[in-house]
Amino acid sequence: MGIEVLSNCIGCGKCVSVCPFEAISMVNKKAVIDLTKCTLCGSCVVVCPVKAIVIKREVSKKDFSEYKDVWVFVEFGDETDPLKQGEIKKVSFELLSKGRQLADKLKNKLCAVVLSYENKNYENILKDYGVDRIYLVEDKNLLPYDTEIYSSVVISLVNKYKPSVFLFPATYKGRDLAPRIASSLYVGLTADCTALDINSDGLLVQSRPAFGGNIMADILSPNSRPQMATVRPNVMKIEKNYRENLEVIKENIKINPSLRRVKILKRIKNPSSSSFKLENAEIIVSGGRGMKTKERFEVLFELAKLLDGCVGASRAAVDSGFIDKKHQVGQSGVTVNPRLYLAFGISGAIQHIVGMKNSDRIIAINKDPNAPIFGVSHYAVVGDAYEIAKKLIEKLKQSCK
Amino acid sequence: MKNIFVCIKQVPDSTEVKINPETGTLIRQGVPSILNPYDHFAVVWALKLKEKNPDFSVNVISMGPPQAKAVIQLALALGCDRGYLLSDVLFAGSDTWATSYALSMAIKKIAKPDLIICGMQAIDGDTAQVGPGIAAQLGIPQITFCEEIEIDGNKLVAKKHIDDGYDLVESILPCLVTMSMPKDFELPFPSFVDIANSVSKEITVYQAKDIGADENLIGLKGSPTQVSKIYPPSKDIKTVYIQGGTIEAVEKIIEIMRNENFIK
Repeated sequence: MGIEVLSNCIGCGKCVSVCPFEAISMVNKKAVIDLTKCTLCGSCVVVCPVKAIVIKREVSKKDFSEYKDVWVFVEFGDETDPLKQGEIKKVSFELLSKGRQLADKLKNKLCAVVLSYENKNYENILKDYGVDRIYLVEDKNLLPYDTEIYSSVVISLVNKYKPSVFLFPATYKGRDLAPRIASSLYVGLTADCTALDINSDGLLVQSRPAFGGNIMADILSPNSRPQMATVRPNVMKIEKNYRENLEVIKENIKINPSLRRVKILKRIKNPSSSSFKLENAEIIVSGGRGMKTKERFEVLFELAKLLDGCVGASRAAVDSGFIDKKHQVGQSGVTVNPRLYLAFGISGAIQHIVGMKNSDRIIAINKDPNAPIFGVSHYAVVGDAYEIAKKLIEKLKQSCK
Repeated sequence: MKNIFVCIKQVPDSTEVKINPETGTLIRQGVPSILNPYDHFAVVWALKLKEKNPDFSVNVISMGPPQAKAVIQLALALGCDRGYLLSDVLFAGSDTWATSYALSMAIKKIAKPDLIICGMQAIDGDTAQVGPGIAAQLGIPQITFCEEIEIDGNKLVAKKHIDDGYDLVESILPCLVTMSMPKDFELPFPSFVDIANSVSKEITVYQAKDIGADENLIGLKGSPTQVSKIYPPSKDIKTVYIQGGTIEAVEKIIEIMRNENFIK
């Protein structure tokens, strides 16, 4: 594996400016690559007008033909709440929907990995989401969730059945479990993917924002299996896909309770989580730095109330102290997909866009006609965000009378 | 005596990274490097534990280019006891797996850890994978996304995030925790006196061979994930620009919302 600059380099310097890692410099009118900084991302290869930069990627010599099928780790609701205890979380259906597409492209099976203290007829629910097979492990020691117990069970399933792709929700639980498993198995894991696809080599292409969410990167894990990824809630769309014949493989894995080395002493429920759910809002009125002051930002609360929606914000607005961080939409905040997203004075850094671009309808108001937010918006208004928000409130109040 | 390790990373202040709209490439020039805020928070907690138990030894460890000494220096000025930097061309291009491996090898070499504290994630990558990776490599329990930690004899008690709130949990030692910073937390910076007093604290620099790392498991070569492409996000929506002044725009927005049943 490596990168090389051939002698036909004309010293144009295009590669220097395009390199995201500042790894290229011009020495005697030839490009020189600093291998301590280069990550072989290939940005320079694309822009070189004379094809003087060559990346040699080692083709895996390992045989992965044994590894097939797309697996999804099924996550359940809160363990302390009897109503939610065995309830499959929505994010699991999102991952199964995407997993179905990937499995179709690979001509593989879609398998759901269910670790539960008790099987509550999960096959009846999962057959609506394109699942061909369930790997079920049922044991009272699986409650409550424990990192080491769950990782040991999942690792034994992986070693026995050898999946090619394995998706986890990027929830607190998924982000705790997936890296533990990937590290033990020595396989690649990509966090918080916003898109997944299969390339012409049959590899999983994992797309995610990079550099604090300023640019996108495609990640491959060509030399290890399974190819693991976590995906945030609300990123993938749920698609039902009925399966008549669903196979349930019940695994009898003996769980040693002494593996549990972390004990829960007390569970403290979030009181605010019931009243404020940005993730599930149908309409979001969101504001950015363009609202200019905290006082001006407040009008968005009034507007949200009139529309029966929630208030969101960009990181810039949160950093400027206009609003609490729990309202932040984006890579480092919440991912949302409401029916309507109104963006007031949000310029549209990629880290924000990845968190809201799946909204059904996006209307953006910004005074800069070149604001990147317009690139993902269905409707764009070039104007003063505060003035328009105020006027909108006025008009809505009039029409309600 | 207990050995505490804090794993830290120097990151570009990502809020300062901009994109050149014409070329779609990153403008990284003049972007300052900082101590990753979550790691900074981890340092704060290590020192809080040391305050209660003065015999704790706080080791701060980082992997990166020689310039990364700056963030170790900051941690030492804040009160950490010893600094270690893993710096070697062979480490370049390490993904989260290779980074976890290198850090766990270094920790094993330095001292038997009682507690390892990491920031939950770095703001330049947002992966949150290195902490659990180290715990797996060392075979010790992990508690991720903690806001508060306390050592009680041979146990650690932590308040950690779960999806609907918090868990108060207890673990045996040694274990690894990752810290999630509460909003509005003001990170402390050392005074000039603290900085002056910390200059005598040495930073040990290790190369791959010093920590016994297998060359096949570090750097680009040892990383199971590979970046295959970097690009500006695609634009696949046809944007309709609403013309006119404020009044016209407002009327049009209301019309759209009414047509699509967002309002009556």
